[in-house]
Amino acid sequence: MNVKQQDKLATGILYTIAGIIILVLASLLAFILIQGLPHVTWHFLTAPARSFEAGGGIGIQLFNSFYLLVLAMLISVPLSLGAGIYLSEYAKKNWLTSLIRTSIEILSSLPSVVVGLFGFLIFVIQFKFGFSILSGALVLTVFNLPLLTRNVEESLASISSMQREAGLALGLSRWETVMRIIVPEALPGITTGMILGAGRVFGEAAALIYTAGQSAPALDFTNWNPFYIASPLNPMRPAETLAVHIWKINSEGIMPDAVAVSAGASAVLIVAVLLFNLGARWFGQHLYQKMTGTGKKGA
Amino acid sequence: MDPIRESLLKVSHQAKLERRGRIIGLFCISLIVIVVAAIFYFVASRGLATFYHDKINLWDFLTKQAWNPGTKDSHGNPAVGALPMIVGSFLVTIFAAIVATPFAIGAAIFMTEISPRRGMQILKPVTELLVGIPSVVYGFIGLTVVVPVIRQLFGGTGFGILAGTMVLFVMILPTVTSMSVDALQAVPRYYREASLALGATRWQTIYKVVLRSATPGLLTAVVFGMARAFGEALAVQMVIGNAALLPHNLVSPASTLTSILTMGIGNTIMGSLENNALWSLALILLLMSLVFNLLIRLIGRKGAMK
Repeated sequence: MNVKQQDKLATGILYTIAGIIILVLASLLAFILIQGLPHVTWHFLTAPARSFEAGGGIGIQLFNSFYLLVLAMLISVPLSLGAGIYLSEYAKKNWLTSLIRTSIEILSSLPSVVVGLFGFLIFVIQFKFGFSILSGALVLTVFNLPLLTRNVEESLASISSMQREAGLALGLSRWETVMRIIVPEALPGITTGMILGAGRVFGEAAALIYTAGQSAPALDFTNWNPFYIASPLNPMRPAETLAVHIWKINSEGIMPDAVAVSAGASAVLIVAVLLFNLGARWFGQHLYQKMTGTGKKGA
Repeated sequence: MDPIRESLLKVSHQAKLERRGRIIGLFCISLIVIVVAAIFYFVASRGLATFYHDKINLWDFLTKQAWNPGTKDSHGNPAVGALPMIVGSFLVTIFAAIVATPFAIGAAIFMTEISPRRGMQILKPVTELLVGIPSVVYGFIGLTVVVPVIRQLFGGTGFGILAGTMVLFVMILPTVTSMSVDALQAVPRYYREASLALGATRWQTIYKVVLRSATPGLLTAVVFGMARAFGEALAVQMVIGNAALLPHNLVSPASTLTSILTMGIGNTIMGSLENNALWSLALILLLMSLVFNLLIRLIGRKGAMK
């Protein structure tokens, strides 16, 4: 076989591989959506789950997922902003900084089970938060912080140093330069990363089964006092999220329509991830255009 | 004191702001470092208790096959042999990497060298989307599609290493692919031009030039995928069968470190041997993730020296 034929053969193989991958991935998406979407009705999205009979919904789990997401982002966004700003603008190049970078890298590569177990040990047992939304939100923060921090740092680092020099030349302090000039300029990148991080948090389950708990007590959606035990806003109640729910009904197997419910819940999760992805892109570009006044595509 | 002198000697508003900002940043960053240190400290102190407090031999723990921490064997020693889980974890990880690597690198070559326009339009958005799909969804699909198919084809329950491998393969494929694309794109254009100008065919260029110079990046991608596969818990737990036995074949129920951990930790009492043994498994996971990290660094350093 000469080289020309080899080239043809290899190209053919590569086309096949690409075709197979597209086929696998497309059928994966199609399977979830076709299996799941017929189950997604208003009743399914709002009704509470039932353990031993068919016809339950995912209302409480869906609410828990969103509430947990909001709480986790409320904690992790400011922290990651501060840490990212420090790393990009203040940190000197020395062993301490490289130690910090290494530990962030390690944290981002830890299996989520290990992070979850750590949360179980610290927040649930030591701090006595119990299986609660608060423990869950804190664990999700730990889980999400390294990635958000890196995202903030990279977004800030991509801003040209002329902007910093201009700020300093105007007599602004470094902090003011960062807050008034650099962060706004980097905002599209930062928001895109945050939304993608939110999508990751939304589907996380392994870190939550021993922190936010695996039960979803009935909620009273008429009482929004955070200190009332059945209030949706009470951060100390156990809260099974959507992803945990899928895992639990599949591994326990006492719910008669577990497959249908998990198919529907999976479809909801996928659609949410899709929306987060598209939202991140759209929002980043929109923000970039708005803040720079250009029609160019955002970074 | 006259006002000019006073304003010169006093710390300015800007300087105060500056200091406050630096302290806020430092606070956030030290919080992260403290959390990392705390994770290591707590997991290690719990995980090592099996060996110090319960006096389990480390070698026995790593090489014995009987896992039933509640009971004692004929010599009165607790049965804490973690070998089945360790073997299970490594098997699914290595198999998933072996299956995923050709596909991922093939797809990456397709996207960067063969048909960049179509590849970028179709393959890239799809892989990016799939990176974000929650692992429980993969587990659910494994449970409803992969396990029954394996049961049909090979008999048995369908749960086992093979099912775990298939699920992990699909899970790490998008990650490895998109990292491989980055690695291939980092190869300078003039390498390709030089090779083509010498009369090499496209495949020769890809095989002898592009792939060679992108090797460190591709290796990093694969190791990264393996790290993800090794630490993945719920998707694997749903399809592997969760029997703490050494797998006889690819379709007999097995278990991984993560699956036994997620199953067991809620059913044991804090401080008991059963519980400590589980934390030792967590410690192994933690150490393995360190090893993967180190490997990625080593590859990066080797690649940079070239």
